[in-house]
Amino acid sequence: MRDKRMSAAEVIAELADGMTVGIGGWGSRRKPMALVRAILASPLRDLTVVSYGGPDLGLLCAAGKVRRAVFGFVTLDTIPYDPHFSRARQDAAIAVRELDEGMLQCGLRAAAHRLPFLPIRAGLGSDVLTLDPALRTVRSPYDDGEELIAMPALPLDAALVHLNRADRHGNAQYLGPDPYFDDLFCLAARRRYVSCERIVPTAELTGAAPQTLLLNRMMVDGVVEEPGGAHPTSCVPDYGRDEAFQRHYAEAARDPAAWSSFADRFLAGGENTYRAAVEEWAV
Amino acid sequence: MSAVSRAEVCVAACADLFADDGEVLASPMGLIPSLGARLARLTDAPDLLLSDGEATLLGPDGAPEGWLPFRQVFDVVASGRRHVVMGANQVDRYGNQNISCIGPHERPVRQLLGMRGAPGNTANHRTSYWVPRHSRRVLVEAVDVVSGVGHDRARAAGVRFHDVYRVVTNLAVFDFGTPDGAIRLRSVHPGVDVEEVVAQTGFPVRTDGVPASRTPSPTELELLRTVLDPDGRREKEVPSS
Repeated sequence: MRDKRMSAAEVIAELADGMTVGIGGWGSRRKPMALVRAILASPLRDLTVVSYGGPDLGLLCAAGKVRRAVFGFVTLDTIPYDPHFSRARQDAAIAVRELDEGMLQCGLRAAAHRLPFLPIRAGLGSDVLTLDPALRTVRSPYDDGEELIAMPALPLDAALVHLNRADRHGNAQYLGPDPYFDDLFCLAARRRYVSCERIVPTAELTGAAPQTLLLNRMMVDGVVEEPGGAHPTSCVPDYGRDEAFQRHYAEAARDPAAWSSFADRFLAGGENTYRAAVEEWAV
Repeated sequence: MSAVSRAEVCVAACADLFADDGEVLASPMGLIPSLGARLARLTDAPDLLLSDGEATLLGPDGAPEGWLPFRQVFDVVASGRRHVVMGANQVDRYGNQNISCIGPHERPVRQLLGMRGAPGNTANHRTSYWVPRHSRRVLVEAVDVVSGVGHDRARAAGVRFHDVYRVVTNLAVFDFGTPDGAIRLRSVHPGVDVEEVVAQTGFPVRTDGVPASRTPSPTELELLRTVLDPDGRREKEVPSS
């Protein structure tokens, strides 16, 4: 079986300008932040980012990496809005496709199933439809004749997700309460990368309940060991959201001067520097 | 028992939202709707299901009784067995709700949460709104962006399972029981001048014959004050003065 271990930088080197990248997790929960930080450190640009958005989208917008965001919401959960994302929207710095959160799932599922679209009721009558001229409806061919949204597939060039454990072959496990849609992001993507808190032997994964094994190795092309790789978002039971650091992030993000020193301190030197700087900050 | 506060009237009004719902998922957003849902479950609506805000369903005693990750919440939404009480940055006279942005969508004056689940909720199951600070900025003639679908838009689009039910605010309760689905003042909270409701509402309101909102029963007050919210967090969200 293939050994798919790689570094975050090697993952990002496989991406290209203009790609559509799906990012797993939900809001400020189990986001692949180490991989996102690796994008910040790369020359990548013009990305279309598909996400149940949290600080991943905010950081990528602040770094000028995003051409278009496909999202249902962007929130830090305990802080309602991400200031970077708000600024990107208010400056019209990015294009957007704003969807109902169920439509986003529906589009990923259509892509995963290699279908052009899937029908869904969500969106009917709302401005999701009026704001997106590419969006079409479809009429049921059966007797009911109901008109539904034809949610187009959202195929991804790459998916980035963060789980608690994985083996080197790409079998990966979540240990928290919610799988979110990480499996679906991987199924909808051509290249699939999972970062994890720890890479362990396969036998250590299969000791837990089998339904915690969210990803199997045919859904994964690369495995990156990144302890703390979801920080500051939550990755329970390994760690909860770092609320103090998230507040620090949001406060810095509201002010350009503060942001510049935040970026110098935490984001300029790679993941090891980030971890050390966060530890030092927390003291 | 001390005098009933405005917050407690609001909780009772939120509890009443769920009275006829039966065995469905109650998804209250915010403190007052959450207290209302939990109060309803302890009184008139014992079959309601409630989650911890993450992926666990909790029974009335706070012990886990089930698993409901987001993917299953989406399935429940599509099945219709849910009553959500959402917030609203804007809500208009037909119950259209905006949580997306203020100003033009291509360049907002203020970005908000995004559509979230509002389009899907309003297309699939009963939806109510909670407005903690009733003002002309929130209760508007027409919303900037339609996230949650109101009665006029639902009728025009033929939304089969549309059911926008009530709007509870810190001043009053509205419903949509009119022939064309326009909003209607249902009750005004005790101690609120009806003229204040009119002044703080951005669309015309008919006030004749509108009763006072009910006050919680002694049993409800006891549950609210001793079991559900002994620290009185409700009074910070809705001050009585």
